[in-house]
Amino acid sequence: MTIPQTLPSSPWTLPSRGRVGMFCFIAAEASIFTIFVVAYLFYLGKSVSGPTPREVLELPIFSSVCLLSSSLTIHLAVEFLRKGKSGAFRAAWGLTLLLGAIFLAATGLEWRRLIVEKGLTISTNLFGTTYYSLVGLHASHVTGGLIGLAVVMVLALAGKVRPEHSGPVDVLSLYWHFVDAVWVVVFTVVYVIGR
Amino acid sequence: MSSESMPIAGAGNLPGAARRVWLETLHEWLITVDHKKLGLMYIGYALFFLVVGGIEATIIRIQLAVPHAHFVSPEVFNRMFTMHGTTMIFFVAMPVLFGFANYLVPLMIGARDMAFPRLNAFSFWMTAFGGLLLYFSFLGGDGLYGAGSAPDVGWWAYAPLTSKAFSRGHSTDYWTVSLLASGFGTIGTAVNLVATILSMRCRGMTLGKMPLLAWLNLVMSGMLLFTITPLTAAQIMLMVDRYLDGHFFDTHAGGSAAIWMHFFWIFGHPEVYVLIIPCFAFVSEIVPVFSRKPIFGYPVMVAATVAIGGVSMSVWAHHMYTIGMTSYENAFFVLTTLAVGVPTGIKIFNWLGTMWGGKIRYAPPMMFCLGFLFQFLIAGLTGIMLGSAPFDWQLGNSYFVVAHFHYVIVGGILFALFAAFYYWYPKMTGRMLNDTLGKWHFWVFLIGFHLTFDFMHIPGLLGMPRRIYTYEPGRGWAIWNMIATIGVAFQIAGILIFVFNLVHSYFRGRVAGDDPWDAWTLEWATSSPPAACNFAVLPEVRSRRPLWDLKHPEDPDWKYE
Ligand code: HEM
Ligand SMILES: [Cu+2]
Repeated sequence: MTIPQTLPSSPWTLPSRGRVGMFCFIAAEASIFTIFVVAYLFYLGKSVSGPTPREVLELPIFSSVCLLSSSLTIHLAVEFLRKGKSGAFRAAWGLTLLLGAIFLAATGLEWRRLIVEKGLTISTNLFGTTYYSLVGLHASHVTGGLIGLAVVMVLALAGKVRPEHSGPVDVLSLYWHFVDAVWVVVFTVVYVIGR
Repeated sequence: MSSESMPIAGAGNLPGAARRVWLETLHEWLITVDHKKLGLMYIGYALFFLVVGGIEATIIRIQLAVPHAHFVSPEVFNRMFTMHGTTMIFFVAMPVLFGFANYLVPLMIGARDMAFPRLNAFSFWMTAFGGLLLYFSFLGGDGLYGAGSAPDVGWWAYAPLTSKAFSRGHSTDYWTVSLLASGFGTIGTAVNLVATILSMRCRGMTLGKMPLLAWLNLVMSGMLLFTITPLTAAQIMLMVDRYLDGHFFDTHAGGSAAIWMHFFWIFGHPEVYVLIIPCFAFVSEIVPVFSRKPIFGYPVMVAATVAIGGVSMSVWAHHMYTIGMTSYENAFFVLTTLAVGVPTGIKIFNWLGTMWGGKIRYAPPMMFCLGFLFQFLIAGLTGIMLGSAPFDWQLGNSYFVVAHFHYVIVGGILFALFAAFYYWYPKMTGRMLNDTLGKWHFWVFLIGFHLTFDFMHIPGLLGMPRRIYTYEPGRGWAIWNMIATIGVAFQIAGILIFVFNLVHSYFRGRVAGDDPWDAWTLEWATSSPPAACNFAVLPEVRSRRPLWDLKHPEDPDWKYE
């Protein structure tokens, strides 16, 4: 039995599966982060020994600015790709990659300072446990995103990313925007409320 | 189980060639990204673990049949109930439901495959890997300290029992990593199902014309995105505690054991609805076909499902009344819990409304659906009882709870699954399951189920706590435990009839044809089993019952919908 196509073909459009898939993935990721944020807030001030956040944390203004501006550059990059300006696309994409890498390096330096100078590790106290877990979870997502960005960069340099690929590239950029948005939350929770 | 899976016949006198064909077939299944093959692999995998989990349950029941028994040691008893619960939820119920969803959703929405076929294969293999890890713990769980074998912390693994001090060795780590791995697979499946249902529907199939099975799986997958992930997060925290000396659940360092309970049940309660909603989906497809009427109240069914999905996200602490919460918290969770009963009740009335005045055919799929309806109703009622905090203070952590959730999981989920097997087996294999064996299976299993789980409520009411190794005679518990254990023998017999039927009918069953039930949804428009591409020409639909329209051009549904 086959169902014949009897109707005159009316327009039939459905949402892009790439975007739907990415939004679902982001929803799932967001709920993982939510649980970590809740744990962070719940354990604020519950450590039985020092150091406390106020004693050791410094506001990571510069790296935050870098990460947040990378949202702008990746947005521009996708626009350039759509319009077929491949040179501008590569420049903006490369800049995104650079800004993300700066953020990651800054996090690394911050952790080094905390561990070596302040003696705060993940097992020192509850603050250490929740701080490194939450910031580390975010940093691991930045790392994942950077790997994705780097793959596209390599392909772009090899001349393999063309305007017709703007769909998947756009989906990747959604993930990057998400990682940036999460940082706003983490920043607020850890460095504003938590200090 | 398409024609490729039986290539050995005819090559019998060429052992070398036969082996090569056999290897090629194996290779083909290992690397497949086809939704039908992956669906069957999920189902086969789950059936295997159903047997394993069933053996563990039998060991538990034998140990409890009489007072002061020593059938197994207390340590083994703890491992058995832990492995039984974990296996049945994560490696039987979820995979088998994903298997049916994988197989049926693309066919029913007129698509050629899932939205992301390779992600689909990845999800399956992650789940498979998770199950292997869990069972590898029997060998590897010893670890460096030489303590323990399989995990023994219960399926909810409360802190601080899972801390290093109380769970030495690596058994708890196997439990954690296994659930993390299969959890990633589950997230993949959820993403895939949502994307498939939203973006792959055939021409004309608007959201309002989707089969209910697709709708319910959409809700189920949407819930999964928000419910399996808290478990993932909590497992990561537990790993931080156990491997990096973190303090999330370490009460000496200010950590809280109650927060693990919250995180676990934020996952755990919606999870039970994740399991039951696809079963609602089976029943919503089967009952109309066997009553010869369209489903009663389609929009209400959709709305009720969405409502159940939403409200069941906010009821989790009804598993925690006994830890002592404030009266505001208690009141909130009692109210939300009782509220879930309303949309659930609406669904039951809709199924009854579908049957009302219909021409009911009592074939095995319908019989199992009727069993489902009856038993799910009772299970919902004991759920409402436990949902009231004062009642739960009395009976929390007793065998009454065990009876409640087995009534849902066996009496509801498993019965609906059996219905689905009898209904869709012809599509999957091209042959009918034997009717007489099916009826035997139904009655024998029904008797076993009621012997075990009806009578299990009573020792609960008499105060028998769950998870005890053994008990004193003279408390009035012994007789009920004995009856419950006897019921298991019937259930095993029923399952054996079922498995025999599956195998026997595969070779000897009546050839089914494309549409043996005279049904109305798109999967019955394909051949049995469907070709690799499902549909040679992608279909186009104008109503919720495209095959009705095709068979009754003089009176098509789309004139009325
Ligand atoms: C109207 C529907 C339901 C209500 C009101 C309800 C209520 C409850 C309550 C209050 C408990 C906690 C008892 C305790 O631990 O003291 C419970 C336990 C449980 N319920 Fe339900 N339930 C409902 C439906 C379901 C469904 C559909 C399923 C499964 C598919 C289910 C599976 C379970 C399980 C597995 C447990 C025990 C978990 C454990 O302690 O290990 N319930 N239910
Ligand atoms: Cu619950």
